[in-house]
Amino acid sequence: MQWLNAIIQGVLLGGLYALLAAGLSLMFGVMRIVNLAHGALAMLAAYIGLVIVQGTGVSPFLAMVAVVPIMAGVGYLLQWGVFNRALRVGGLAPLLAAFGLAVVLTQLLQLKFTSDSQSLQTGSLSIASIQISDDISIGVLPLITFGVGVVVIAALQVFISKAPLGRAMRAASDDPETVPLMGIDNRQVYALSTAIALGTVGLAGMFLAVRGNFDPNYGQAMLIFAFEAVIIGGLGSLWGTLAGGMVLGVAQALGSQVNPSYGVLVGNLVFLAILAFRPSGLLPKAVTA
Amino acid sequence: MTLLQVSGLDVHYGDFQALYSMDLTVAEGETLAVIGANGAGKSTLLKAIAGLVAPSAGEISFDGTSVTTLAAHKRVPLGIALTPEGRRIFKSLTVEENLLVGAHAKRKGPWNLARVYEAFPLVADRKDRVGTNLSGGEQQAAAIGRALMSNPRLLLLDEVSLGLAPVVIEQIYAALPAITSQGTTVLVVEQDVNQSMKVADRVQCMLEGRTVLEGAPADLTRDQIASAYFGI
Amino acid sequence: MTQAVVHPHAKVKRATKSSWVGLAVIVVLLLVAPAVPYLVDKGTQGSLVTLFSLIVMATMWNLLAGYGGMLSVGQQAYIGIGAYALVYIADTVGIDPFMAVPIAVVIAGLISFPISFLAFRLTGGYFAIGTWVIAVVVMEIVQQVPALGGGIGVTFNGFSDLTPGRRIAYVYWLSLVGVALAVAVTYWIMRSRLGLGFTAIRDDATAAASLGVRVTRSKRFVFVVAAMGCGLAGAMIAANTLRVQPDSIFSVNYAVFMIFIVVIGGIGTIEGPIVGAVVFFALQQWLSDLGAWYLVILGLLAIVITLFLPRGLWGLLSGNGRIRLFPVGYRLVPPVAILDVTHEPAPATSEG
Ligand SMILES: Nc1ncnc2c1ncn2[C@@H]1O[C@H](COP(=O)(O)OP(=O)(O)O)[C@@H](O)[C@H]1O
Ligand SMILES: [Mg+2]
Repeated sequence: MQWLNAIIQGVLLGGLYALLAAGLSLMFGVMRIVNLAHGALAMLAAYIGLVIVQGTGVSPFLAMVAVVPIMAGVGYLLQWGVFNRALRVGGLAPLLAAFGLAVVLTQLLQLKFTSDSQSLQTGSLSIASIQISDDISIGVLPLITFGVGVVVIAALQVFISKAPLGRAMRAASDDPETVPLMGIDNRQVYALSTAIALGTVGLAGMFLAVRGNFDPNYGQAMLIFAFEAVIIGGLGSLWGTLAGGMVLGVAQALGSQVNPSYGVLVGNLVFLAILAFRPSGLLPKAVTA
Repeated sequence: MTLLQVSGLDVHYGDFQALYSMDLTVAEGETLAVIGANGAGKSTLLKAIAGLVAPSAGEISFDGTSVTTLAAHKRVPLGIALTPEGRRIFKSLTVEENLLVGAHAKRKGPWNLARVYEAFPLVADRKDRVGTNLSGGEQQAAAIGRALMSNPRLLLLDEVSLGLAPVVIEQIYAALPAITSQGTTVLVVEQDVNQSMKVADRVQCMLEGRTVLEGAPADLTRDQIASAYFGI
Repeated sequence: MTQAVVHPHAKVKRATKSSWVGLAVIVVLLLVAPAVPYLVDKGTQGSLVTLFSLIVMATMWNLLAGYGGMLSVGQQAYIGIGAYALVYIADTVGIDPFMAVPIAVVIAGLISFPISFLAFRLTGGYFAIGTWVIAVVVMEIVQQVPALGGGIGVTFNGFSDLTPGRRIAYVYWLSLVGVALAVAVTYWIMRSRLGLGFTAIRDDATAAASLGVRVTRSKRFVFVVAAMGCGLAGAMIAANTLRVQPDSIFSVNYAVFMIFIVVIGGIGTIEGPIVGAVVFFALQQWLSDLGAWYLVILGLLAIVITLFLPRGLWGLLSGNGRIRLFPVGYRLVPPVAILDVTHEPAPATSEG
């Protein structure tokens, strides 16, 4: 039964990874940018949340209402200020710019907030759980996180396939050179995509922060997990990313069940095994994102 | 009335010059065909008019105002639409979505989904297919429909017939009267001389980035065109 | 000696002049550099070894990214492997430390070969994170091996019978040979048919794609060479600091350093990483009072250079590539477009 419990916890954890990975997938899908600053930006969101919570005393969940639009604004400006320019330079420039950004952001957070661990308290919610049986209890907070992950992915999916902007995003992904002929400014589509992506990063960062301790470097480790979720699930599929996140989460939970220090390693090995034997992921290219 | 005026246009790709002081005028409601061999600079000319390549010298004015330095996406709302060479249908979008993207600029005018489907039955039958699964002719028809969705005053068509079977070419050109009858000005680029002679009010022949012959189809002899086309 | 220079008229003359300058610089270095242990104190020699290790890793990263289009964030894997291999072979197996260094280099190369098959499943940015994950996994595995000191690491005792002065001089000479070899090998690769092949990849991605297997094979070769170079850098670091800890020797900061050095110095040139390493090292010393600010400043510098000066400082110094110390017959930028989507058709009309 402990194993079943581990699997359930792993699945729920997968929702968090997928939430973090959603923005990564979106930016890659639209612009072919692999945003190496994704994890650092999640930490920026977490620290913005921390400042708001400490400054106003509101609950972290209420703080999200501010964090998400702030991050979306950051994304919009970042695209116009850095990535649109980097895309025009071409080649490795977008990756290099994102990498530079990751380092600068992480260091700035460290300078401002030190590398000590921080946490966002959610009061009784952090320990609330639903007891299923003697061995199995489901934490309310992980359950909410999972639910938010699923909702965000579903919403993105609908947005991309139905909304006019989503359509423009797919068009830009298909053939960016032709998009201006439709009267659409690529750079604006990109800026809005990055805004949406960073809005989801805002959510992900806050849920990372309420889940446990975080520090400026924590985002890097999380970026790796999010990336693994994307690859395991198959590039270009948002639902695949959710599945990938769950596979990774379960692998880590089972690994930790064997030996607490094995969790991350087992997750990484599962990822490498999938890369070796099923490089297109478990659910390849179900839906373009 | 002059709708489009191109004067003294130079275009460079790096060190290579593709257009040499090109002049071109299109009157409102007219259909002009630009013909020329492969590499003559026809696509470059259309791209410059649409704003996809920047000229190094010269002027492009549309309806009396200069658009020379205007970004491509800002020319669409003014009424310039290009159906690019190779169709460039968005592959992962359905035909209908392609048309809807074409309507992004929300220009008022006669064209909408229903009218496009009416003009191109070929497109109507395929409206839920994604771009990848279309034949060349279907793609071409969808691409013209997509351009029409912006309700252009000036429609630029690049190599409509390239790679298509004669019957399909017939079908697509059959829609041209429906387009011009709305008052839309059309600039077609073709390598296929006969096709363009049939539809155009005026023909302009290009060779290596320059205009070498110009006139109404009726006034031009086969020999004139042949020597202009091949530069002999 | 043919080479591609932007202005054909000046080609021969400039190449000759700059080659002479290059030769002069190299001769002076050859005369002065070996004598350094007789001229400066131990601390300075240690610093120079650090600088040399930076040049080696940056040169290798440049070989990967600047020429091969592979942006790796995981070269620290081979730095760590080189360091651990040196310590293990010298201390546990008992081979002479100076012999152990080349063996450690070969081990890094051998391990990178199977890894390349995993890493090459990914391209572009995903390759970047993939290599990073692999480096993390290598570290996690090393941490589980008691013979390698587990999570605590190992101390290098191979030099314990030397006086500190001798040791540092020997390590200095070793590193000098190492850095000279790394630059020479890179130079040789770029002058070889392989290097010309990479020019082809860069100039015409589609044609290169049709070459299929050959492209992958060349990339794999470069990947292994870069791993060996980073293994060498790791061995140099271990020999210099005498202590190898998993957290620090496998630190992603090495990837940060390499990338910043190459970007700042100028990607896709032999000289760029050397210039970048010197600038980086100088800034590191100069800004050391500022603590972490130096990384912020370097990061911002790297971003600005990426966006506005893609040829880097060397591009600026050399008048955008007209002067060459090491003529490799190469266009400098843009680097290989590994993300094969042209996003901006670049009309001058766009107001960007
Ligand atoms: N993107 C480009 N880069 C460099 N040269 C180009 C480019 N596009 C076209 N050219 C060159 O410009 C000339 C005109 O091309 P184009 O306008 O496509 O001719 P056409 O459409 O008449 O066949 C040709 O010599 C072609 O090789
Ligand atoms: Mg053409």
